[in-house]
Amino acid sequence: MTDIAKGPAPAAAPTGSPMVRFDQVTKSYGAFVVLDQLELDVAAGEKVAIIGPSGSGKTTVLRMLMTLEPINGGVIWVDGEPLTSMRRNGALVPADARHLRRMRGKIGMVFQHFNLFPHMTALKNCMEAPCTVLGLSKAESEARGRELLVMVGLGDKLQHYPAQLSGGQQQRVAIARALAMRPKVMLFDEVTSALDPELVGEVLNVIRKLGAELDLTMLMVTHQMGFAKEFADRVCFFYGGKICEQGPPAKLFGSPENERTRQFLRAVLEAT
Amino acid sequence: MKFWDWPFTFEILPMLAWASLVTLEATILGFAIAAVLGLAFAIGRMFGPAWLSVPLAGFIEFIRSTPLLIQIFFLFFVFPEFGISLPAMTAGVMALGLHYATYCSEVYRAGLANIARGQWEACTALNLTAFHTFRDVIIPQAIPPIVPALGNYFVALFKDTPLLSAIAVLELMQTAKIIGSDNFRYTEPITIVGLIFLIFSLAAAGLIRLVEMRLNRRIRRA
Repeated sequence: MTDIAKGPAPAAAPTGSPMVRFDQVTKSYGAFVVLDQLELDVAAGEKVAIIGPSGSGKTTVLRMLMTLEPINGGVIWVDGEPLTSMRRNGALVPADARHLRRMRGKIGMVFQHFNLFPHMTALKNCMEAPCTVLGLSKAESEARGRELLVMVGLGDKLQHYPAQLSGGQQQRVAIARALAMRPKVMLFDEVTSALDPELVGEVLNVIRKLGAELDLTMLMVTHQMGFAKEFADRVCFFYGGKICEQGPPAKLFGSPENERTRQFLRAVLEAT
Repeated sequence: MKFWDWPFTFEILPMLAWASLVTLEATILGFAIAAVLGLAFAIGRMFGPAWLSVPLAGFIEFIRSTPLLIQIFFLFFVFPEFGISLPAMTAGVMALGLHYATYCSEVYRAGLANIARGQWEACTALNLTAFHTFRDVIIPQAIPPIVPALGNYFVALFKDTPLLSAIAVLELMQTAKIIGSDNFRYTEPITIVGLIFLIFSLAAAGLIRLVEMRLNRRIRRA
């Protein structure tokens, strides 16, 4: 399975290209279509919140972007280059391992269940990839890991193992670990969903800080409507594998146009 | 004739002690092969391309389903027909290692299969190569839980070393047989060999528990 578009392949990057572009991207599991001809542009530095009911394909958007899921049609462009295919003699062919690794280097991802390496300390978790992938020396990657852990407020937990940390602390380590690779695009996949309510705030504060201090493009799947409203530049409401409605948070939360969006927001509001 | 002859016992003890070193050598070398090859088998079978994983699965089943003694004989007596003559000890260690590698590979398989999908995904997201994913993330987590199972095979391999007496490796059993036939007394040598195996097995079991505790400590720490 590739992301080569059916029909004539676009031979050149889209002009004035955004940081991330989904160009008619389709994803299906057998007969079940998860995402149907998705079109989505995200500008550099833009913060996009993705909301929607479960099964609407929102997590799949991030997973495809991180190359964790192959796509069945269309092209994903990142930083002006196709993600899982590459140009050869003017046509798009499936990407080789080298291209994939180069493209993945532009993207970082934070997962719902943290996925920290349990046998490594917080600091080692942040050093592993800079050491082995970027080829940084042990001292350099340690300095980088230390700096990032301090930034997420865990300067006193460097030598702690994940099992010794609370969920909120683990998720902050995971954010530091992803940032250590200096990605251009950060993906947050329901990063507060597995946390106890009193720990959500500390993780969201870290994300706010990243938004304020770093020039990152962010895509986040979230159920924290309040956070999406305050933090995102744009909110996309997914329904049935399509973007049902999108716009600035004030517009989407304040006066949604689509009946499905209204229904969803009403249901979420009732639950909180 | 006495049932148990103490002077004779002390006379043969040094020979048996010496032979026990050969047994230990065969055990350690054999298990080193089994541990490394078993991991390679497991990875090849689980993650290799079809042209590798399918024949490998067949090969593993074949080795597991045929007696170790036949494999020892095959390496020692049949390989020379193909121009590969191996010293008895080498052939024996290779057969032990190969045989137990197939068992160990099943254990590794269980260990590898138990790694949560999220760990693999984190490795992809961090752009780790396959080599670093396995070496730094997957294998260090897959091994501690399976140390007891691997340890069982270590002891089992140790207890199978007397089979090497069939190709005249001078390990414990072969030495005891020689002592017995030279002196027409089997009670002492065979009993002592049994006791040596018992002591070593118990010691090995204790050692495995220690390793297990050490390896698991880091992850259990909470």
